[in-house]
Amino acid sequence: MSENQTSDGALVRVERVEKVFHRGAEDIHVLADLNLQVPAREFLALMGPSGSGKSTLLNLIGGLDRPTQGSVTVGGERIDRLPDRELAQWRARHVGFIFQLYNLMPVLNAERNVELPLLLTHLSKAQRAQHVQTALAVVGLSHRAKHYPRTLSGGEQQRVGIARAIVTDPTLLLCDEPTGDLDRKAGDEILDLLQALNREHGKTIVMVTHDPHASARAVRTVHLDKGQLWSEAQK
Amino acid sequence: MKFLPLIWSNLKRRKLRALLTLLSILVAFMLFGLISAIKQALVGGVAMAGLDRLVVRHKVSLIISLPGSYQQSIDKIPGVAGSAHFTWFGGIYQDEARNFFPQMAVVPEEVLAMYPKVILAPEQKQAWLSSRSAAVVGRKTADRFHWKIGDTIPITTAIWTKADGSQLWEFYVAGIFDGQDNATDTTPLWLRYDYFDEGRQYDKGHVGWYVIRVKDPAQAVAVAKRIDDQFANSPAETKTEPEGAFVQSFAKQIGNIGLIAEGIMGAVFFTILLVAGNTMAQSVRERTGELGVLKAIGFTNGQVLCQVMAESCLLAVLGGVLGLGLSWLFILRGDPTNGLLPFFYFPVNDLLTGLGISLALGLATGIFPALQAMRLRVADALRRM
Repeated sequence: MSENQTSDGALVRVERVEKVFHRGAEDIHVLADLNLQVPAREFLALMGPSGSGKSTLLNLIGGLDRPTQGSVTVGGERIDRLPDRELAQWRARHVGFIFQLYNLMPVLNAERNVELPLLLTHLSKAQRAQHVQTALAVVGLSHRAKHYPRTLSGGEQQRVGIARAIVTDPTLLLCDEPTGDLDRKAGDEILDLLQALNREHGKTIVMVTHDPHASARAVRTVHLDKGQLWSEAQK
Repeated sequence: MKFLPLIWSNLKRRKLRALLTLLSILVAFMLFGLISAIKQALVGGVAMAGLDRLVVRHKVSLIISLPGSYQQSIDKIPGVAGSAHFTWFGGIYQDEARNFFPQMAVVPEEVLAMYPKVILAPEQKQAWLSSRSAAVVGRKTADRFHWKIGDTIPITTAIWTKADGSQLWEFYVAGIFDGQDNATDTTPLWLRYDYFDEGRQYDKGHVGWYVIRVKDPAQAVAVAKRIDDQFANSPAETKTEPEGAFVQSFAKQIGNIGLIAEGIMGAVFFTILLVAGNTMAQSVRERTGELGVLKAIGFTNGQVLCQVMAESCLLAVLGGVLGLGLSWLFILRGDPTNGLLPFFYFPVNDLLTGLGISLALGLATGIFPALQAMRLRVADALRRM
């Protein structure tokens, strides 16, 4: 996907996006006329108070939701126009999601959780095992491969979540409050890992957070409030 | 196959609930197997009955005998290929009511020609023909009483008193016959009519009923009419009917077996449908967030639907196979009534039907939760994690 950047070098291009949710007769405008570009290999933090629309924007970039108006282009592809089936396949190939509450399958052990995205590929069992091993090694959890989520600490669970996100080697990592449920020490370890993925493995990362300490690790920070982009901070 | 560990793990999520559901499905299919075997046992004779065989009995009742002289007339009727006569002996072995099994007085050559699926070794047939007090017995009854060739069997009958006033008859076991398939009854004892007729005190020269083989099954109705017309207005008028109908009239004495069996199974499966359906619906509701995660990482709606369907089908088929297997093992031990249900076996067709029903049960219980899972919007589902 990195080869398919737009002409200005942006991997992600969000243009004139509006997102309206309907709750009964009421229309809730979450995003309004929003524009955003994320260059390839950037580590971007999306900050803002609760209800500002940052998670909604992350969902649009990851193809989990569609804009009411406007366009979302990722790697040169208008993902807002893709049919559901193709959009799911696009997510499997190009995006890794990291969630605040880890969102691991409690009935699967760490390596089975990490293997999940690979079930959608044509890799053999041995190849899948190799990829899982590599991903767990990257996050430093090879020794916990057979452990179930309930026996892992929060930080370890999040690292399994990161391993699951990177196992298919996607270009884009989308993180929704990845340290929101962790103490400072575990949170720092996760942020170190994300920085390493960005710097050493060239992953483009968009991270939603309301924690300035976390956003300080990003290359650029974008602030959202009431559905609008209102300031940027570039390091 | 690569999704199997995921499907299996999801089934084990709530072990007790899954186990109870599995057990309820298992019990339902075990019941299905046993009821199939009982139904087969009660109406199996109908299936065994040949299309080319008719039964001629007294018009008033089966228990009124017919003159033995009728056979010559019957054999001359156009369309009749052969005949054999039977007389109910109604005896009890060792004077124990529970030792009941069917015994009939027959003419050996006639009965063996009439039922070609009966297998009797040539030397045993010869032994039967050469001794008037000889009898042959089916394998099931011989095994039941541990009889072997050469044994003398005492049988007491309340129907046929001997000329000397005794009701005790003795028969020498000349042979043990088998059936070519499960549908051949191997419970009767066939004694020789000449020995029986000579020994009994009354009703000499009469027989219980005739079995007729017709040349062309398509002409069976016409042949039956010719036979009944032949003996119309005689002291012993006849009623001729297909062998299947004759056998069915016995079974119908306890009601419409097929309808009763289908009614019971219908109620059982409907209940199981609700139980298993509820389990699957709960299972999907509980992991809405996880289904959202699967979709987020790239599972398509169709793949999520298939996964839920596979779970419900695996549960139902596993319960079905175990239940049918257990009932098959039980049925394999043979007739639990020691002879009252001679056709007690699990028909292959019913076994396959059972497997089909288990799959259908899985599809029916899984379809609504699966559609619900398929329609989940990812962003909404993730909020419920």
